[in-house]
Amino acid sequence: MPKDSGIGASSKRREDIRFLTGTGQYTDDINVHGQAHVYFLRSDIAHGKINKIDTAAASAMPGVVRIFTGADFEGIGGLPCGWQVTDRFGEVMKEPAHPVLAQGKVRHVGDPICAVVADTLEQAKDAAEAIELDITELPAVVDMKKALAAGSAKVHDDLADNLCYDWGFVEDNRDAVDQAIKNAAHVTTLELVNNRLVANPMEPRVAVGDYNRANDESTLYTTSQNPHVIRLLMGAFVLGIPEHKLRVVAPDVGGGFGTKIFHYAEEAFCTFAARQINRAVKWTSSRSEAFMSDAHGRDHVTKIELALDADNNFTAVRTETYANMGAYLSTFASSVPTWLHGTLMAGNYKTPLIYVNVKAVFTNTVPVDAYRGAGRPEATFQLERVIDKAARELGVDPIALRRQNFITQFPYATPVALEYDTGDYEATMAKLEEIADLSGFEARRKASEAKGKLRGLGVNCYIEACGIAPSNLVGQLGARAGLYDAATVRVNATGSISVMVGAHSHGQGHETAFPQVVAEMLGIDESMIDIVHGDSSKIPFGMGTYGSRSIAVCGSAMVRATEKIINKAKKIASHLLEASEADIELKGGQFSVKGTDKSCAWGDVTLAAYVPHNYPLEDIEPGLEETAFYDPANFTYPSGAYACEVEVDPDTGKVTVERFSAADDFGNVINPMIVTGQVHGGIGQGIGQALLENCAYDENGQLLSASYMDYAMPRASDVPFYAVDHSCQTPCTHNPLGVKGCGEAGAIGSPPAVVNAVIDALQSGGHTHVTHIDMPVSPSRVWAAMNG
Amino acid sequence: MTKISMTVNGKSVSGEVEGRTLLVDFLRKDLRLTGTHVGCDTSQCGACTVHVDGVAVKSCTMLAAEADGANVATIEGQAAPDGTLNTIQAAFHEHHGLQCGFCTPGMVMAAADLLKNNPKPTEAEVRHHLEGNICRCTGYHNIVKAIMAASGQDVSRLAAE
Repeated sequence: MPKDSGIGASSKRREDIRFLTGTGQYTDDINVHGQAHVYFLRSDIAHGKINKIDTAAASAMPGVVRIFTGADFEGIGGLPCGWQVTDRFGEVMKEPAHPVLAQGKVRHVGDPICAVVADTLEQAKDAAEAIELDITELPAVVDMKKALAAGSAKVHDDLADNLCYDWGFVEDNRDAVDQAIKNAAHVTTLELVNNRLVANPMEPRVAVGDYNRANDESTLYTTSQNPHVIRLLMGAFVLGIPEHKLRVVAPDVGGGFGTKIFHYAEEAFCTFAARQINRAVKWTSSRSEAFMSDAHGRDHVTKIELALDADNNFTAVRTETYANMGAYLSTFASSVPTWLHGTLMAGNYKTPLIYVNVKAVFTNTVPVDAYRGAGRPEATFQLERVIDKAARELGVDPIALRRQNFITQFPYATPVALEYDTGDYEATMAKLEEIADLSGFEARRKASEAKGKLRGLGVNCYIEACGIAPSNLVGQLGARAGLYDAATVRVNATGSISVMVGAHSHGQGHETAFPQVVAEMLGIDESMIDIVHGDSSKIPFGMGTYGSRSIAVCGSAMVRATEKIINKAKKIASHLLEASEADIELKGGQFSVKGTDKSCAWGDVTLAAYVPHNYPLEDIEPGLEETAFYDPANFTYPSGAYACEVEVDPDTGKVTVERFSAADDFGNVINPMIVTGQVHGGIGQGIGQALLENCAYDENGQLLSASYMDYAMPRASDVPFYAVDHSCQTPCTHNPLGVKGCGEAGAIGSPPAVVNAVIDALQSGGHTHVTHIDMPVSPSRVWAAMNG
Repeated sequence: MTKISMTVNGKSVSGEVEGRTLLVDFLRKDLRLTGTHVGCDTSQCGACTVHVDGVAVKSCTMLAAEADGANVATIEGQAAPDGTLNTIQAAFHEHHGLQCGFCTPGMVMAAADLLKNNPKPTEAEVRHHLEGNICRCTGYHNIVKAIMAASGQDVSRLAAE
């Protein structure tokens, strides 16, 4: 019987009610009395030298409060990068300045030049039209390989070239990997593009800066996944506002997918400007603006080689990747192609030798940073594609080739620095074969062929490193922050509980799932527990939500804090029950004395804590509130096996996803309904990347896909129902809940399944020359490949 | 400025708007009905879907002045006065048809429009009807399921889960 509450129950989401009735409070729903509005005048060219900005006429327009330019930010910090990567030669990465408003040059379409603050948004927009810009257009740097060629124009004049870093991992393995590839019985090589994407949460970004001159306090309301990270970065590195004078609030946030992790110029601007004009300043991004100012994702160009011995055992992997940084380093940009990508190149397989080279390149494009999966989808895609290609070249079954090379013993130390604690890749593959009905595929293929369609099956595995991250480890690797999280459990006098958490929920259902854990531990009803998140003035200093970390890291902090509550409550109960503390048991919300019928209720103890008339005041303090910080001992390693079946229309090249199945191992699961929903959403985004989405620039750096008319978002009719299973569970060994995290799996595991399926369809249809098609696998690309 | 009057969720309202004011801005800014959302600027995403005289309309694509005299329904008017969710809202809750909630008001209003005209839609009809409503969180699985459930169809065997 499924449970109806606590850990493992599919409790219905309590946050649904406000979202379903239009009573959620998103940042754009917040209006501060007397607020002004800002409109950013942005560069419409990719690269140019700013000669003069004349705001005189615009400043005299109706309603204009003040127009800001880069000059107003002289002497003020730029937007910081949170991760310093060290290159193959021991040198630190190039880290160009990233001013809040452009200074001297514009470096990408969308780079903000002026900020027009006016009484209304319409007035600000009208005034922006009257600003006279004198900008000399410069040659744009767009293609990464050309950007590194001698004589290329430079994005940053103060740097030697456009190379941010040339990273090698594991550098000491380089020669051994070269040798293994030279001596291999077979080497499969694949060159591919991991297409640039735009995260596109449905809620565009919003920032409202407010300032109270009476107490010198600033408040920023913002669409963020991590309000404390924004407070730290903006307060300490950009504006110089100490933490106790700066409050950052991220209320209901309409999706993040990584792009709302980062500290953005608009947040710093609104906070800064509110102090300057002593009035709240509000910015709401339009969708067009979002396309040219939200950090983009992916954009890797990769060559991967897989070496095998005569028995088809993997002996080495070597990769060379060009990773686009865009024009400036976004908050975690540098970590994505390195420590979140190179470390994943072992995948699910016991490949003994791996070498990953990554050249990170500046271009005149929007900055690129983490998007759902962040480095791990790029690793999974190239590895699972090259294995499929190898199987085809060797004439062996691609599933059998994977099985033969699976890691089967845990813990397992990979040659790329990770130690997988648990996993059972055979179990998820077997589960996949069942839920995807792989034995019925040939019959379905025949049925498709009878309709004149080509049918293909694509299968792959994935592993990810989640629960980000052990602070001492990431510190050694260049992270400039700790990556623990925190929770405060505040028990009220009547026994109800508020849990203040550092994690932020923007679709993940924390308000429902987190109380399930506390309810289970205390044996009380979930409805007695509320989660508080998103306001730096209310929650402890936690690092927010990304990298599938919320339940694994913040949930663990919550468990630790609840354990402290239980320990103290037992002391109080032992006093009330006049028994030894060692004899007190807590079960079903009742404290009892072992071996007796003496007991008292949860509410008796909580009331005693706050009305301590009969209380051991000489031994313990009154009150019942505890905080815990939790720093994970290792990453967590969710894994799984995915299968996609497509039909290809040979006349048009159109690909239709007919079936999609996912067998995941997330360790223990708190709320299966929510976990299943997370996988659904990830698969939807993965199918989007594989078939539809592409962020395109022309050779002059013009952004060609800056609206939903041009950027193909997956719609309901582009996807099927998905078969999702997470019954294979190898619990994490190093966190108290045994959880691994599930937020990114779908987006990591699904793109290679789709592309593998398309190639299988074409191959089975006789197009044996087609061994790869780059994403998005659009009808025109498929048709061209078939007829090429 | 133009004076306009309309009925919104059964109540008479009026206001003064510029000619360029969009219906969605009148609802959000003048009436403070912030349940209707703006997710794009090209009439693609459908987060702003409301009903005008019984027809689903993207309120970012209609001027407020064009709705003068009209009967407008928004997400805030869908539940009963005592807060009881309507059939579609309840189905979204039951089947986890929402995550971040931003597209949800538009999805619910679009679904109501579908079921009014097609009380027992097929899966393909539901997906086709949602062409103009984008969700980034759910992969659509549970939205389609919720709408079919709201139509009274058995959704327990739609897909292996």
